[in-house]
Amino acid sequence: MIGSAVPRKEDAALLTGRGTFVDDIHRPGLLHMVYVHSGEAHALITQIDTEAARALPGVVGVWTARDFAELPARPSVPGLERGYLAGDKVHYVGEPVAVVVATDRYLAADAARAVRVEYEPLPVMATVADALAPDAVPIFAPLESNLALEQQVTPHDVADELDASPHRLRARLVNQRCAGAPLEPYGVLADWTGAGPTIWATVQAPHRVRAEIAERFGLARHLVRVIAPDVGGAFGVKSSFMPELFLAPELSRRLGRPVKFVETRGEHMVHTYHGRDQIQEVEVGFDDEGTILALDVTLTVNTGGVPDPVGIALATLTSYMLGGCYRIPKIAARFRSVVTNTTPTASYRGAGRPEASFLIERVVDLVARRLGKDPADVRRVNLVQPGEMPYQTPFEGIVYDEADYPAALDLLLDRLDYAGLREEQERRRADPGAKLLGVGLSTFVEMGGFGPTPLFEQFGYIGGWESANVRLQPDGSAIILVGTAPHGQGHQTALAQIAADELGVPFEAISVLYGDTAVVQEGIGTMGSRGMPVAGNAVRQAAADVAAKARLIAAHMLEAEGDDLVRVEAGFQVKGVPTAEVSLAAVAERSFKPHLLPAGTGLGLECTSYYEPSNLSYPSGAHGCVVEIDRETGHVHVLRYVCVDDCGTVINPMTARGQIHGGVAQGIAQALYEKVSFDADGRPLNASLEDYMLPGMLDLPGYETHHIETKSSFNPLGAKGLGEAGATAAPQAVVNAIVDALAHLGVRDVEMPCTPERVWKAMHHAS
Amino acid sequence: MRVEIVRVEITVNGQPHSREVEPRLLLVHFLRDTLSLTGTHVGCDTSSCGACTVMLDGVAVKSCTVLAAQADGCSVTTVEGLGGPDGLSPVQEGFRQCHGLQCGFCTPGMVMAATALLTERPDPSEQEIRDGLKGNMCRCTGYQMIVESVQWAAANGGAR
Repeated sequence: MIGSAVPRKEDAALLTGRGTFVDDIHRPGLLHMVYVHSGEAHALITQIDTEAARALPGVVGVWTARDFAELPARPSVPGLERGYLAGDKVHYVGEPVAVVVATDRYLAADAARAVRVEYEPLPVMATVADALAPDAVPIFAPLESNLALEQQVTPHDVADELDASPHRLRARLVNQRCAGAPLEPYGVLADWTGAGPTIWATVQAPHRVRAEIAERFGLARHLVRVIAPDVGGAFGVKSSFMPELFLAPELSRRLGRPVKFVETRGEHMVHTYHGRDQIQEVEVGFDDEGTILALDVTLTVNTGGVPDPVGIALATLTSYMLGGCYRIPKIAARFRSVVTNTTPTASYRGAGRPEASFLIERVVDLVARRLGKDPADVRRVNLVQPGEMPYQTPFEGIVYDEADYPAALDLLLDRLDYAGLREEQERRRADPGAKLLGVGLSTFVEMGGFGPTPLFEQFGYIGGWESANVRLQPDGSAIILVGTAPHGQGHQTALAQIAADELGVPFEAISVLYGDTAVVQEGIGTMGSRGMPVAGNAVRQAAADVAAKARLIAAHMLEAEGDDLVRVEAGFQVKGVPTAEVSLAAVAERSFKPHLLPAGTGLGLECTSYYEPSNLSYPSGAHGCVVEIDRETGHVHVLRYVCVDDCGTVINPMTARGQIHGGVAQGIAQALYEKVSFDADGRPLNASLEDYMLPGMLDLPGYETHHIETKSSFNPLGAKGLGEAGATAAPQAVVNAIVDALAHLGVRDVEMPCTPERVWKAMHHAS
Repeated sequence: MRVEIVRVEITVNGQPHSREVEPRLLLVHFLRDTLSLTGTHVGCDTSSCGACTVMLDGVAVKSCTVLAAQADGCSVTTVEGLGGPDGLSPVQEGFRQCHGLQCGFCTPGMVMAATALLTERPDPSEQEIRDGLKGNMCRCTGYQMIVESVQWAAANGGAR
């Protein structure tokens, strides 16, 4: 079944409106929780008047920060503990300052509007520049300045190497702030019954959430049950520890009734954490051929008003991936994470790695432009060669697995008809009536398959492994429990395909369950493109162990040795004796008959495996974008988007294609449309889907997808992961295409999102 | 504060319902909270995303933009009203065959909008599909496989 484009097991329920998302769940006596959010970006709270709100019909209560003072802080950067609601001051617009519970969601919203909060405004620092200015005041106590973290990622500098380089250039690149904006906003339903709570939540790591909730409430973990039901997209933003994960169970405990919180979209845009928002200052040294000799990078990350433990250090991952798929001998990297009066930032699809790929791919194009060379040629002279794999990067522990980067680039150029496009570009440049044509390349590599444990522990997880339990039923069908928590990736389908091959059980006779801490053994979750490279291997291993035990029982039933059996469609057969056959169903049933089993054989056919990857995996590929630009308006139209991806073993080509499409769509959207903006007073300028440019059907192109399949030797399945590759590859493919179209006008860069206004200005002010 | 109440008679998926509701109650909340038909989703609060798309007297509408009171006397079809005990409708089956959904949250609205489109245009071009579904947002698929799903449906039974 591996490699088969089988339709998904998930779909029947989702297509008929019978999915179970958090807001679909009702419990008797359900109460609704709503926040009062700050409308100020930086201010002292002088008074909160809840009296009018409490008097409204259906209102059960109104609570402020002091009511939760006994609750230990949310998971935080050590020393920078954050509470649940703003206490004495607010740090950004959208920060929750009070919480209202009522019998109905309309009444709760009425009451939230009736809460009167009085503020004493403080100076607002909505940008990194303002927050680091000499007269800036510290935003987040106990930090004494707004520089929350400054890290030298590499111990050395590359000043000597840059001095020795025949050429050098500098660039300042901006990777703007984006909103994850899954179609289902964040939601939590908590019901504290008896000794502990059950929490249904839109999360990516239910066991980790259980651990954090149990710790806050001083409970043993068996008393806390966390369920991630159907989750309507996440893209990393549902991995942050939002206050509602803790407030809903606490209020359920106090009130003795279930409490539900579901974000509105307007709330999502200011309350759920954003991603990216990185300024990149780069200097690169290179020779006449474009060979890159040294790279010096300073990253500045806007962490927002309340530092998030993941967000504050995501630039570490950016740093590790700065070399891209190139042989760059010396890299120096450092980063700063800066507090500003904006919504906090944390993970968003790719989480730190797209920023790196954007940086190095833009730099390679700048080098090519400076030397007057073709960007494809400059890539070729720098690409790590297949014979050099596994490739040790300049960063300790960052070792790329098997791949053929030059082959991916060659396939891309072939599929693009690169030479033909260059001719067409020249023809159009000469014709004032024609739209300008540009071709952008992005030869990318990113990290997937998160762990292993020593790395993933740094992000607060108990491990970087994943778990799977494979259990045959007495009729030979199988149930698999896996520790991931997917939200669209199709794990029910892909993991069943892997198990079907190992077990010899038909795909249709396998069910995959996940996302419930009371049902599934300890697990890690879904993030960092780890589904297939980590969980896939756990399933494979558990299924193989079950199959091995089934073989022993079958051998006993056929009075043969295990080695003498061969697998046949129905089950097992004695080699060369077609009549000596036993079905897997008969073997499964026999496994529950203790008196008929070989001596010393335990009952049942079941195995739990924990798979710890030996390292990260490194999905890679080459993407190309062809744009045309209207000379009058600066409007960019994506004519073609061509992908060559190497994610190692492809489990399901159809869902793999879906992952690439979705990632590329988000990458194109970052390049052309999306940016979370604030005015100088820290007020959000696009906190709704009317104002934030989430692309629709008419805004995105068709995608042409191709694969190179180089199996990773880092895991038995040979899979590398695919969830984040598109989002990593696409922004710079688009921007490189736009700059390429305008290069003859002297344009060197266009900042994302490349709106018609920005492109037009670049066209008219370049020289 | 006195809460006003209006009585509405709305037929949903062929079943008549008579309820007393607040005048401000949105049709989407009437479907989800009052009738427990949770297939229709809420993805935004500005009528932008289309996750709440249903058919109102045969016309696709965003049910977050319609008051339950406005639907008084009307007939509503939700995603639960498509297909039947014998299986998926052609549009639903097209989405399954062509991987037109990932997380599935936008899907009910997308399926309703696609069904409405195929009712009007049984054999749409790609551009007509993209035009017809431009009011429905999907964050997972990048849309191409949704286009292919609708094309599959058009070739295999259409809006039934």
